[in-house]
Amino acid sequence: MDNVKQEQNSSDGMDKQYSDSGTTSPSLRMIGVGKSFPGVRALNNVDFNLHCGEIHALMGENGAGKSTLIKVLTGVYPMDEGKVYIDGKQTFIRSPLDAQKYGISTVYQELNLCPNLTVAENLFLGREPLKRGLIDWKCMNQEADKLLKELNISAESTAQLDSYSIAIQQMIAIARAVNTECKYLILDEPTSSLDADEVEGLFKLMRQLRKNQVGIIFITHFIEQVYEICDRITVLRNGELVEECEIENLPRFELVKKMMGKEIEVLSDLNVHIDESIYESEVPVLEARDLSSGGSKVAPFNLRIYKGEVIGFSGLLGSGRSELVRTIYGADKAIEGQQYIKGKNVIIKNTLDAMKHGMAYLPEDRKAEGILADLSVRENIIIALQAKQGLFKRLSRKEMEEYADEYIKLLNIKTASQETPIKSLSGGNQQKVILARWLLTNPEFMILDEPTRGIDVGTKTEIQKLILKLADEGKSVAFISSELDEMLRTCSRIVVMRDRQKVGELTDSDLNQDTIMRTIAGGEQ
Amino acid sequence: MNDGKTTKLMLKAKKRKSLNNAEALLLITVSLFTIIYIISAIVFSDSNFAKYSVFFNLLNNKAYLLMLALGLTVVLIAGSIDISVGGVTGLVSMVIATMLLNNDISAIWTIPTALSIGLIFGAVQGYLVAYMEIQPFIVTLSGMYFARGMISVINAKSVPITNEMFMGWSGAKLYIPFLYNMRKNGTLDVAYLTPASIVALIVLIIIITLLKKTKFGRSLYAIGGSPQSAHLMGVNVRQTKFKAHLLCGMLAGIGGFLYTLFAPSGNPGNGYGYEIDAISSSVIGGVMLSGGVGLPIGTFFGVLINSIIERVVPLLGIVDASWPRIITSGFLFVFIVLQSIFSNVSRKGSLKPTKKLK
Amino acid sequence: MSDLKVKNKLGESTFVSIAKSLTSNRLTFSVIILLIVVIQNIITTPGFFNITIANGLISGYIPNILDEASELVIVTLGMTLVTAASGGQDISAGAIMAVAASFCGLMLNGTEYRTDVFHSPYIVAIIVGLLGGALCGAFNGFLVSKLKMPPMLTSLILFTAGRSIAKQITHGQTIYIMNPVYKWLGVQIPGVPIRTTIIVSTLTVIIITLLTRLTSVGLYIQSVGINDASSRLVGLNSSVIKLLTFVLYGVLAGLAGLVGSSSIGSVNSGELGLGIEMDAILAVALGGNNLGGGKFSIAGSIIGAYTIQAITTTLYAMNVRADQLNVFKALIIIVIIVANSDVFKAKIKRFTQTIFSKNVSVGG
Repeated sequence: MDNVKQEQNSSDGMDKQYSDSGTTSPSLRMIGVGKSFPGVRALNNVDFNLHCGEIHALMGENGAGKSTLIKVLTGVYPMDEGKVYIDGKQTFIRSPLDAQKYGISTVYQELNLCPNLTVAENLFLGREPLKRGLIDWKCMNQEADKLLKELNISAESTAQLDSYSIAIQQMIAIARAVNTECKYLILDEPTSSLDADEVEGLFKLMRQLRKNQVGIIFITHFIEQVYEICDRITVLRNGELVEECEIENLPRFELVKKMMGKEIEVLSDLNVHIDESIYESEVPVLEARDLSSGGSKVAPFNLRIYKGEVIGFSGLLGSGRSELVRTIYGADKAIEGQQYIKGKNVIIKNTLDAMKHGMAYLPEDRKAEGILADLSVRENIIIALQAKQGLFKRLSRKEMEEYADEYIKLLNIKTASQETPIKSLSGGNQQKVILARWLLTNPEFMILDEPTRGIDVGTKTEIQKLILKLADEGKSVAFISSELDEMLRTCSRIVVMRDRQKVGELTDSDLNQDTIMRTIAGGEQ
Repeated sequence: MNDGKTTKLMLKAKKRKSLNNAEALLLITVSLFTIIYIISAIVFSDSNFAKYSVFFNLLNNKAYLLMLALGLTVVLIAGSIDISVGGVTGLVSMVIATMLLNNDISAIWTIPTALSIGLIFGAVQGYLVAYMEIQPFIVTLSGMYFARGMISVINAKSVPITNEMFMGWSGAKLYIPFLYNMRKNGTLDVAYLTPASIVALIVLIIIITLLKKTKFGRSLYAIGGSPQSAHLMGVNVRQTKFKAHLLCGMLAGIGGFLYTLFAPSGNPGNGYGYEIDAISSSVIGGVMLSGGVGLPIGTFFGVLINSIIERVVPLLGIVDASWPRIITSGFLFVFIVLQSIFSNVSRKGSLKPTKKLK
Repeated sequence: MSDLKVKNKLGESTFVSIAKSLTSNRLTFSVIILLIVVIQNIITTPGFFNITIANGLISGYIPNILDEASELVIVTLGMTLVTAASGGQDISAGAIMAVAASFCGLMLNGTEYRTDVFHSPYIVAIIVGLLGGALCGAFNGFLVSKLKMPPMLTSLILFTAGRSIAKQITHGQTIYIMNPVYKWLGVQIPGVPIRTTIIVSTLTVIIITLLTRLTSVGLYIQSVGINDASSRLVGLNSSVIKLLTFVLYGVLAGLAGLVGSSSIGSVNSGELGLGIEMDAILAVALGGNNLGGGKFSIAGSIIGAYTIQAITTTLYAMNVRADQLNVFKALIIIVIIVANSDVFKAKIKRFTQTIFSKNVSVGG
């Protein structure tokens, strides 16, 4: 740490030149920031300090308040309380334009570029070079090419943005942010859609920017990356500040503990019983032979799922794991291959066919594909059963209420009443309602795509227990999760996906983090 | 910076070399117009399609429509819509006719009147759409009914225009040197432009420049393509949308004025259904209904296609005046289907897997 | 101190809860307007409640409004369902009415433009007319459900072209159907003392209500309107549901067209149902339905429809012409939508909050 303080002013050549908060005051300070949304206290009395020339990790679980903090800082949301100081002066940031004026640039998780404009326009929108009051396209394209070349992004300035891959678009978004008079750069999960090489390229870029005295806020879910590149770290949990310190002073285990707010061990009382005999004796509940929904979604795969087992699907985001289960369920159209249910060849044209064959599917994106926001909890619970029964066999009001009541109790759903619109429930309870919806259809094979994402730890455990209970009752469960240890705790078999192909199936002794990661990574060894 | 890994990164980046949507749609429009024109010239050889004057009359007859369609182009690119333009056209023509009824006012005053009617409609509707965040359809549908209602509040009967100055503008012709054909009786049939066409062409050039070369123009495309992104990139989305509606309203006002020059009388039925002509001209000209894509020059060709349909249909022996509109609507339907296919293709294109793990 | 606070809180909460229950009840607004119109009429029209029997028909002010509203009620039912399922409005109702009536007229009159001889049985003509309406609805529904176009835009095609098409069906002219049986649907069936229009509209309301109550149609439509993707994953075929909603809308608009043309004994494709779509949208909005789709209330829409008709009839009585009426209607719909818009509500909320916070600071 000492060398840092010494070299504070002669920045060139040094990897780290942030100033310790003890010696100089930080360049950007947020003090006592609070922000509420209807029903949610998103931020509560949060302090945040950013120095020039540092890479500062902003960590926290889903819903910890990272995104809100960033949006407050960049003027997307007005803050309810709190102050912002830039270079010691109190500053009011009321709009993204204001933020830009103060040198704060952001690259958001969801790409904030216009796909219908050219690369050059996306780089210069809002500050196009002008000649006699009109946009100087020639100059703009030249500048854009120069910038792209500097940053080693191989894109053409005149091409339409959406003709490039997401990875390249991401790089262009960063190039745009860097190109403004940028003192503070916010990177909101920039690496989630990049591969290892691209991440390396991005890190080079970030180190160079650090050298240029840019203060970088780096938000990511990859703990490895934090320890690889960051200088300091701020941890949020449930909208509150938990920790702000040098990265060296916070070991990984401590970091995870602070993020989760609980001992991790709390989950490990679950145990998987693997009954080996099921694989030999029985006809699989579901079998897929060379099933595929086209090369761009998922390549042909073979798969057998047996009664009473929990099968996991692992792989990076976008590896095709969701697409695979969607193809089985008929949510994506299968273009080739066969499906067998209990040994019988079936054709699944749509989701209703799948439901009639005893399948259920809890989608990855609860908001976009799960809940029916304006409908009541009751209606959300019975909708799948009603759809299965058809138009004319309407459930009576009494039946609906009984079912809803039963599952609200069974899954311990916290809701004011059955008639409460589902949109006013918390994420975890919404997820339970969706689970109830499917349990009510009495499925034999349940597909759960990220059922535990974005919900609180308590509900997470409940869902994991439920999965095991379902398996005990003889139902089969396909379980997808980004968290490996969660899968290891519940699954008796894990299918590994890479590049939209099924690349492996692990059981028994292979069921450990190391083997799974190596299978996901593929290649050597 | 430039070591092995980053070079690899460069190599991996691939670009799809192809026309973008706007260019492809423009190409379709221009070819369609050319084909219709050439076929008409061959099939109806005695209808003088090969003459310069006929070609220029395509514009002379539809100068007002070009204004309305350019207005629609602007709002459609911004991801909004305005279906009040037909109503505004009718209202402007009725107001002008009523103003000039007693010949006690100079015709000059009709110009600012037409402009301000358009601007008021644009401003009110723009405010409701942009700042109150109400669906543009509902707002402008109400605008249409309001304008239509106002026409009959002002005057429920047909009002002819007799003002000399105004009729002078209406009947004026600007002959274009060297572009003439010989009639059979030996006289010259010289191509000409009406003042309305000249105004329309000037406005067309202004709109082209505005959309291509100004910050406002590019913001229109940005908010039409992705309003959230545009907001985060520092574009004032609401203001831009408001301005788009304002501009559209102003163009509808000009369109109403040019229409009155073309058909100098106030009539309760004036401008009926012109919104669909304007929308279809824009859409046929390659403006995507989903927003963010389109070129004013395409709209120009869309208007010419509309004009040529109106000319050709009677030659096919279909005399009823309602047929051109049925056919225009049919064209709109075809292009909507076409656009739907287009956007599906480009969406699938971007779904290609992009991640690789080493 | 604390007592004061509690009191304050209590007062505030009862006030808020009353205000909330009033504003959250979708029907409050339209019922209030309906009451105002009715009271205004009671004052200005002495014989408002009088019901007499003239020419074997129950007549009077109220039966008149019920009769005149019948077309609007039928169209509004369809508009409510379309709005709920697609989140948009179909503005081709008037044009569909013209098309359906033209088909019916074509079947009855053949190529003649004025005759009292039916060329085909009336019931066949009615079915053909309704099929014509269904066809128009299917066209709009196809564009909306399969090509994902916004409903207003797609229906704009028929909105402008529909009347021209209807005109072509009737050989470019208004046709007159002189057979008295033709008026059964739109005026009176001999021996029945109630106008047929009232019977037809009431029956339609009952059928649609039963359809949404006894089957899952209502739930399906709401699901699809709220979240297309979610609905698909729970096994609902959202595009078929939307398509069928539009077909139903077409049939209902067609029925309204048949009723309308029957009541005047002719098919005038330029005039029939002119501007009715605006009234229907207004009725749906007045009924407290969200024009952005999702949850709907049939009862609200019907009250809305009768309210509009009451306003229209009242203004006619004040010598306002139909086309001028549109000026008012356009303004009313904008006011309703602005009042219901999120932005406006947020502004009001901010306004009341500042008032409340002042109160609290005074109390503390």
